[in-house]
Amino acid sequence: MSVATAPEPVPAARHAPFQPPGIVGQLLRRPLALFGLVVILAIVVLAVTAPWIVPFDPNEQTFDGLTLEGSPLAPNARFWLGTDLLGRDLLSRLLYGARTSLLIGIAANGIAVAIGAFVGIVAGFFGGIVGAALMRFTDLMMAFPALLLAIVLAALFHPSLWIVVLVIAMVNWVQVARIIYTETRSLAQREFIEAERGLGAGNARILFRHVLPHLLSTVVVWGTLGISTTTLLEATLSYLGIGVQPPTPSWGNIIFENQTYFTSAPWLVFFPGLVIILLALSFNLVGDALRDILDPTQKGRH
Amino acid sequence: MSQMPATPVLSVRDLRTQVATPSGPRTVVDGLSFDLMPGETLCIAGESGSGKSMTALSLMRLLPEPMARVASGSAIFGGRDLMALPEEEMRKIRGDGIAMIFQEPMTSLNPVLTVGKQLTEAILAHRDVGAGEARKTAAEMLRKVRISDPERRLRQYPHELSGGMRQRVMIAMALVCGPKVLIADEPTTALDVTVQAQILGLIRDLQRDFGTSVILITHDMGVVAEMANRVMVMREGRVIENGPVAEIFHAPRQDYTRELLAAVPRLGAMTGREGPMRAGTVEPVAAGRTLTNPAPLVEVSDLTVRFDIKGGLLQRTVQRVHAVEGINFAIRPAETLALVGESGCGKSTTGRALMNLVPWQGDIRIAGRNTAGLTSQTMKPVRRDIQMIFQDPFASLDPRKTVGSLVGEPLAIHELASGREIREKVAWLFERVGLSPEQMSRHPHEFSGGQRQRICIARALSLSPKVIVADESVSALDVSVQARVLDLLQELQDELGISYLFISHDMAVVEQISHRVAVMYLGQIVEIGTRAQVFEDPRHPYTKRLISAVPIADPSRRREHFKQLEGEVPSPLWPAGSGPERVRLTDIGDGHAVALNA
Repeated sequence: MSVATAPEPVPAARHAPFQPPGIVGQLLRRPLALFGLVVILAIVVLAVTAPWIVPFDPNEQTFDGLTLEGSPLAPNARFWLGTDLLGRDLLSRLLYGARTSLLIGIAANGIAVAIGAFVGIVAGFFGGIVGAALMRFTDLMMAFPALLLAIVLAALFHPSLWIVVLVIAMVNWVQVARIIYTETRSLAQREFIEAERGLGAGNARILFRHVLPHLLSTVVVWGTLGISTTTLLEATLSYLGIGVQPPTPSWGNIIFENQTYFTSAPWLVFFPGLVIILLALSFNLVGDALRDILDPTQKGRH
Repeated sequence: MSQMPATPVLSVRDLRTQVATPSGPRTVVDGLSFDLMPGETLCIAGESGSGKSMTALSLMRLLPEPMARVASGSAIFGGRDLMALPEEEMRKIRGDGIAMIFQEPMTSLNPVLTVGKQLTEAILAHRDVGAGEARKTAAEMLRKVRISDPERRLRQYPHELSGGMRQRVMIAMALVCGPKVLIADEPTTALDVTVQAQILGLIRDLQRDFGTSVILITHDMGVVAEMANRVMVMREGRVIENGPVAEIFHAPRQDYTRELLAAVPRLGAMTGREGPMRAGTVEPVAAGRTLTNPAPLVEVSDLTVRFDIKGGLLQRTVQRVHAVEGINFAIRPAETLALVGESGCGKSTTGRALMNLVPWQGDIRIAGRNTAGLTSQTMKPVRRDIQMIFQDPFASLDPRKTVGSLVGEPLAIHELASGREIREKVAWLFERVGLSPEQMSRHPHEFSGGQRQRICIARALSLSPKVIVADESVSALDVSVQARVLDLLQELQDELGISYLFISHDMAVVEQISHRVAVMYLGQIVEIGTRAQVFEDPRHPYTKRLISAVPIADPSRRREHFKQLEGEVPSPLWPAGSGPERVRLTDIGDGHAVALNA
């Protein structure tokens, strides 16, 4: 369209009155992203300091933690968020659970992004038979129901925290691989890559100096957006009983353990559910904002 | 014109358009006023950023609001001020009263709807007729824009039509409701010269038949001279000069208009000269370097490039694109060989084959080295002798790197320098191509088109090559910028004795800067010779057609009748196992070779 030929964007070369704000600065300017950052930061701080701030041992079944009839206590002055079916303090379990859930979220997602990026870049940049084989394998994995795969893997190995991490990574890398593959493919066909070849640049140089920097924003965005999906998947797995094994608390298995009391003690499901949603939402908000900030089409517009 | 001293169809007063920038609104059209008379062609000429496209969008009220808006002014059309009309009313005028055609015929047609559907939609939006009637009108309109077999075309999708045909469909769509004003924004810029001539002729004929007034926006002074009654020269949003076409061309009052006209290479301006001429001047190039050394620097023989198109269940090769089909040429030291032809003729592929960027067959020798079958590692030493400058200087520079590191990169790749040495060499190169070394730490998007092309030239120069392949290297630039970049290229040739393979579709530029010219058609060279031989004594019918199709920037040499060519350019696509007939070049004296059997 002729809009594109309309006035050339004023080259930003003119004396910029101030340095454009960095990524963090731009994040802080967006209210939603700021909210997300604050929530994430708060959860991380609480998780790290959990051993010192918990009012009770998360696995201790306090003798006054149940009513005389043996049902959980509602939130009160002693147990701020109430107690669970075994008379354990819910707040303490949630704080300890944050450690598990965050660890799984970050580790599993990190591994998923690493595998996905590697597969995507190799297939996209080098192509050929290896690339085709890798991408068909990715398609296969994508077509396989994720939960079924997770259940099979969890059944084969004895469930433990690191197995859960591995299972989630195995399920999640495919989407990253697809996206990175497409991006690498289109990058590899850009004219400046051909220009580099014309200058005599080898594959390694082109890959590391001219392709990877362009993929960085995608990787960073997936690194944050993916954490929310991972946390939710951990909750799902734990809910199905193939995730983190009791008595270790994780947000997912807290809900799983207490689901039968949902009608008589709704807080047992409400509070862990709330923090899961809050964390997932926060990572989504930050990831969205990062994607906008790092989007190359926004370059030069600040 | 036999019209009454009529009232203007469109009367624009003090139009001011602003776009939003981080540092507040910027005025891109500043106090524009003009009257458009019935049946008149008004050309708005200017370089990129002059506000000519913004003017068109303002008049159509198609500005991308709220990023851009009309700040003040009026445009009276049919007694009403377009700038004050509610959107609802304006929509009725668009297409019916004022129609517009855009530069890119591919992107302005919807690819998922048939031509017929889009044409009838345009009719039904403004006329209270039935679907059958609308379809008949559509077919009638296609016939008027000289599209053969209109009934069949109506059922086709845009991708099934060639570029020229698509632009004709756009024109049919614009004129189908009989608008009083047609705004054409660079309607032929994306088209080949022979197709351009057809489209310009068509617009002129239709204008005569329908009595439409035309506002033609173009950067091409040749098109202006060919089409305009009146010309408005714009620069930085203001009208610099406004007058009848003859006056603008023969007695320009403003310096800017004079510069603009001087920068335009004119086909035929070189008649009778031996060597090339420096761009934008009448000075012949320094005759210092005589071409006595006949040993060619680059020798290409029987170069063939074919791309397989696989299909069917077994992914067998079913068709082949015969992009380049057995061509031969040589480039001598300090010589410019131009490769001309229209899109799809294989000229760019030839350049890429020389750079070993596409698989090819045949024989290429560069500075004595045979490059057949070289891998990217073994090709590396050859790349010091041959470098390439691409068409789009923005696409060929990595947007995330500083320009200094981009220009210095070849030195690092070939381990010719390191650290400080690279910086010093890059600084020198920057100065050499007319940029300041302080700009080294900037990114490509901070530069204008011409500056970016200088950066690309600096990068190509960093290895001190003997040959540079320049693939449409000045086509994307404004004429004045183009003249300066061409000047730089010629200066470098005088100084360093570089040879160029200058790939271009622009006959006037080619005539100006080349020593020898090769004309390509459908993957084969049909005529090759010195500049004088090819331009002053063209023998092949295709060469003649190319030369005659170029609009000349001189209204007194306006062609009354464009030669209308029937049919489309044949395709270089052949079923596997067959191929085009090879042409045989016959030397008709002094190295002027022509394909006589085609």
